[in-house]
Amino acid sequence: MKSKSSYIYYYMIIPAVVLFFTFHTYPALQGIFYSFTNSKGYGTYNFVGLKNYINLFKDGRALHAYIFTFKFALISTILVNVISLILAIALNSRIIFQKLLKSIFFLPLVLSILIIGYIFNYIFTYLIPDAGKAIGIEVLSKSILGNPELAWIGIVFVAVWQACAFNTIIYLAGLQTIPVDLYEAANIDGASGWLQFRYITFALVAPFFTVNMVLAMKNFLMVFAHVVALTNGGPGRATESISLLIYDGGFNGAEFAYQSANAVIYFFVILIISIIQINFLQKREINL
Amino acid sequence: MQKSKVNWGASIFLILGSAMILFPLYITIVIALKNPQEIAQSVLSLPKKLHFENFIMAIKMTRFFRSFTNSFIITVSGVALTILTNSMVAYAIARNMHKKFFKFLYFYFVSALFIPFAIIMLPIVKQTSAMGIDNKWGLIFLYIVYGLAFNIFLYVAYIKSIPISLEEAAILDGCNIWQVFWKIVFPLMAPINSAVMVLSTLWLWNDFLLPLVLLSKRDDMTLQLVQYVFQSQFRTDYNLAFASYLMAMTPLIIIYTVAQKWVVSGITKGSIK
Repeated sequence: MKSKSSYIYYYMIIPAVVLFFTFHTYPALQGIFYSFTNSKGYGTYNFVGLKNYINLFKDGRALHAYIFTFKFALISTILVNVISLILAIALNSRIIFQKLLKSIFFLPLVLSILIIGYIFNYIFTYLIPDAGKAIGIEVLSKSILGNPELAWIGIVFVAVWQACAFNTIIYLAGLQTIPVDLYEAANIDGASGWLQFRYITFALVAPFFTVNMVLAMKNFLMVFAHVVALTNGGPGRATESISLLIYDGGFNGAEFAYQSANAVIYFFVILIISIIQINFLQKREINL
Repeated sequence: MQKSKVNWGASIFLILGSAMILFPLYITIVIALKNPQEIAQSVLSLPKKLHFENFIMAIKMTRFFRSFTNSFIITVSGVALTILTNSMVAYAIARNMHKKFFKFLYFYFVSALFIPFAIIMLPIVKQTSAMGIDNKWGLIFLYIVYGLAFNIFLYVAYIKSIPISLEEAAILDGCNIWQVFWKIVFPLMAPINSAVMVLSTLWLWNDFLLPLVLLSKRDDMTLQLVQYVFQSQFRTDYNLAFASYLMAMTPLIIIYTVAQKWVVSGITKGSIK
């Protein structure tokens, strides 16, 4: 669009670019820069080359955090998507109290993860063990959050509980784009419920499946508040996520440079996973 | 068209499932209203007497009104300024995407979505404290700046769908670009503005990580941060802790209850096109 006032476009955008660079790009570059030093976050520092990166690959704590985070993110992503799709299909069918049920299932959307985490912390620590003792189930009679082998299940549970609301909304929007006559035609052809799900429902919500898988995975890889509220990384370091490790090591452990190197690796990991996911999932989408 | 019957299987499944969502909220409300003796006797039962003094004690202990005011100021001004500034930046980009410079800026902003906050977290804390903005004003400012990445992505897609002919007509009438945007385009962006409003409100009100690393003074604490900081002081006073949680969650629950349609459509518009 031609106008004498086209220069105003630059006035609109230049301040934003300068500020975004100063408060986002510049600190990110600084993080990369410090990852090649031995800075503690204060005082003087020297360049140490790739030493931080080499040490990270030998660091059991970091390796454990990566394994925990991947396991958590993968299981949570799958569970959230399966449960949300089932919920969306059920909510989309002819049910009683449809409005009320939707309101209830969407509610976790507006609740803070930290507070939900504290509430479930209480449930896992007191209510479930009490119930376990009462009905005599050994596994449930102690808090799972205190068990290094089982604590991750509690975190997955809360993550799924909270994230299903968002994903269900997206799937529901997807289901509403499917023309009803497709199902009517399938009924006339005598296609079973499963075939209808496989070839109509799932095929046509595929783009929404892609959005949900990528977003959920990315968010879960950055998991932080869930862990802080439920276990704070414990017992021991059994449930320490990568974000929590970078936070804890960087601010409390004087590992500014070292954890910066960790964050750089973390960035590449997230980038690669996102690209693979988008490529892989988009190939499977069908356009009507 | 024939009217299909009620799907009882799905109805019963969902009604049972909704208990999973409601149970933690029920627990929160009843614990917040009981005294410790009653909690010790039975957590699940309804309170015999409503102990509203729990709320009063929690308010005093955590200085609730202080942190509520902080969260309120941060969310309201942060969201309002995000909408006003981010939409304008996106407009300048969307209408100049044929130019290399603006196209580059579009990808520059949007690619930031893939950069995890962890890589910025350590340097930005040093930077903000050196600049003296490690307070709630700095926090508002960072929300506006960090929102650009995702919001430009949303806004640009939307602005492209607005026909340009109206703007051309306004320019022929003697409007400059600034007036065109505020008088013509911005009002047309209401649906996407409301999506940004919903998503930003949820983020700013419920965010924990950025206040945690950035805020250094007690007086600036947000409601979320207060719950974290007071964990050790709540200790076994679960009635006070849960009263405090309930008060921190209530504002958004109220908004959700009165404007559920708006919230849900905001989420949908903000996530899929």
